[in-house]
Amino acid sequence: MQRYIANRLLTMIVSLLGVTIIVFLLIRLIPGTIVEQMMGTEALTSYETVESLRRYFGLDQPVYVQYYQWITRVLVGDLGHSWRTAIPVLQFILSRLPVTVELAAIAIIVALLIGVPAGIVSAIKHNSPVDSLARIIALTGLSIPLFWQGTMFILVLSLAFRWAPAMEWVSPLKDLGANLSMMLLPGFCLGTASAAVIMRMTRSCMLEVLRQEYIRTARAKGLAERVVLIAHALKNAMIPVVTVAGLQMGYLLGGTVVVEEVFSLPGIGRLLLWAIYQRDYPSVQGTVLFVAVMFMAVNLFVDVLYAFLDPRIRYA
Amino acid sequence: MLKGPTYRSAPFLSRIARNRLVVVGLVMAVFLVLLAVFADVISPRDPLAVNVAAALHPPNLKELFGTDRFGRDLLSRVIHGSRVSLSVSFSSVAVALVAGTFLGLISGYFGGAWDIAISRVMDIFFSFPVLLLAIAIAAMLGPGIENAVMAIAIVYAPFFSRVARGPVLAEREKEYIQAARVIGASHERILLRHIFPNVLSPIIVQASVTIAYAILTEASLSYLGLGTQPPTPSWGTTLNEGRTYLQLAPWISIFPGIAIMLAVLAFNLVGDGLRDALDPRMR
Repeated sequence: MQRYIANRLLTMIVSLLGVTIIVFLLIRLIPGTIVEQMMGTEALTSYETVESLRRYFGLDQPVYVQYYQWITRVLVGDLGHSWRTAIPVLQFILSRLPVTVELAAIAIIVALLIGVPAGIVSAIKHNSPVDSLARIIALTGLSIPLFWQGTMFILVLSLAFRWAPAMEWVSPLKDLGANLSMMLLPGFCLGTASAAVIMRMTRSCMLEVLRQEYIRTARAKGLAERVVLIAHALKNAMIPVVTVAGLQMGYLLGGTVVVEEVFSLPGIGRLLLWAIYQRDYPSVQGTVLFVAVMFMAVNLFVDVLYAFLDPRIRYA
Repeated sequence: MLKGPTYRSAPFLSRIARNRLVVVGLVMAVFLVLLAVFADVISPRDPLAVNVAAALHPPNLKELFGTDRFGRDLLSRVIHGSRVSLSVSFSSVAVALVAGTFLGLISGYFGGAWDIAISRVMDIFFSFPVLLLAIAIAAMLGPGIENAVMAIAIVYAPFFSRVARGPVLAEREKEYIQAARVIGASHERILLRHIFPNVLSPIIVQASVTIAYAILTEASLSYLGLGTQPPTPSWGTTLNEGRTYLQLAPWISIFPGIAIMLAVLAFNLVGDGLRDALDPRMR
């Protein structure tokens, strides 16, 4: 197990190095640098001013020199300063992180609360109208565009209750009520697609487990159906579901960009979009790297948890 | 568990037909394709025709879906939107399929350094949430329909590579492949004639599901202003334009969204049904 984790960490580092190189090159492929962004299109600026600014940001250096200078600092934990706001990039990210994490957390709770019971019912009533209905609802849930669902929520609530997305984010530590009143809806919105995924996974795992012989034995022993389902079947069926729920956590990090945009929440996703538009290279590179690390860490954690939950699995 | 060619060949079509949801999905998908192909004939009006005097009309008998802020007929824009949406998603999935399958075949068949190199690069792409990656690539390539296609293709190609690689690994070791090699068949011949057919069915399933995701991704990109650009009537772009008028003219935001949902649902249904039919364990 330890060897497996060490191995995974090693591949993770290789992948992360790849991520840094790709991001570094891609962002520099976009026409226009921060200098052009700052100057605007109409400003009459001298060649000297542009050159001095380029020198100031290190843009006059060859790309590999720029990369080397950046990566050596990243390796000691320094993501640099945002070119636009002069705030240290790491601090910038950490200030936005709570919004994104809270959104993802609410979403995954919603997804589990809806997905698991629906999946169980669907599996128990296999091939019944209830099952078909649940499957169709789940597929529809997977098919609704996130941003449209958010827009429709806002539309309905604003017409019915005169509710509007809040303008400024409030920390849950400061005012939990105010925080939840603005976060629950976006979180719910983000969670529905994952609920569908978890429901489908729960259903197929339950069906798989219910076909096992030990379930037949449990029934033959005369155990109540409820005991068989909950104590015997569900316990084993939940193992893959936990994995999928963990992996969803990673995908929610992607969905959160759209939700943040629709509900105007100051999270990591909007920070990244903003940084790309501003050609704020250190912020783009830092945010992308940060998200990749988070995503990989979640994936690794899920895999380790999986082996822990299911003793049959031993990674070589 | 039943498996093998005898199981697949004849009953396959009847199994698909028996699954009513797949039939529904197929009918919806065909309807959508027809809508896209004959958009010019079906649309009541030119989707780009501006008539400021008729701006922001709510749905009525003459303008079933209402009009937008330039007085353009929304029904016509939604119909033409199917053309944009399908062409973007089909072409991006086609690129992703060809590139991804090719890499997966090479990676699984030759193994060794090829496999390590390709798998590591794919890992880089898997180390990022799909939608975020698509948004980042599209933002970096710059807004526009071709760049959206590229972004979607890049993001989904690794999935095809992974789906293709597995069966290749299993098939490579079989005796008939070794026999073919002994006869002196070239690598291309073995890959295309013997190995590729084994990869085909998972690839088809992957393609139909990916088309659904591609439609969603294109809509999200266009909604964020990174995909199709106005005045092209893409569903996502129309939704983006409707944002400002959400309270005043909610119909601009309602109909394109329903269109996206139905289109994605259609391909999800087809993909789901194909998977059930091809993989008996998933029933």
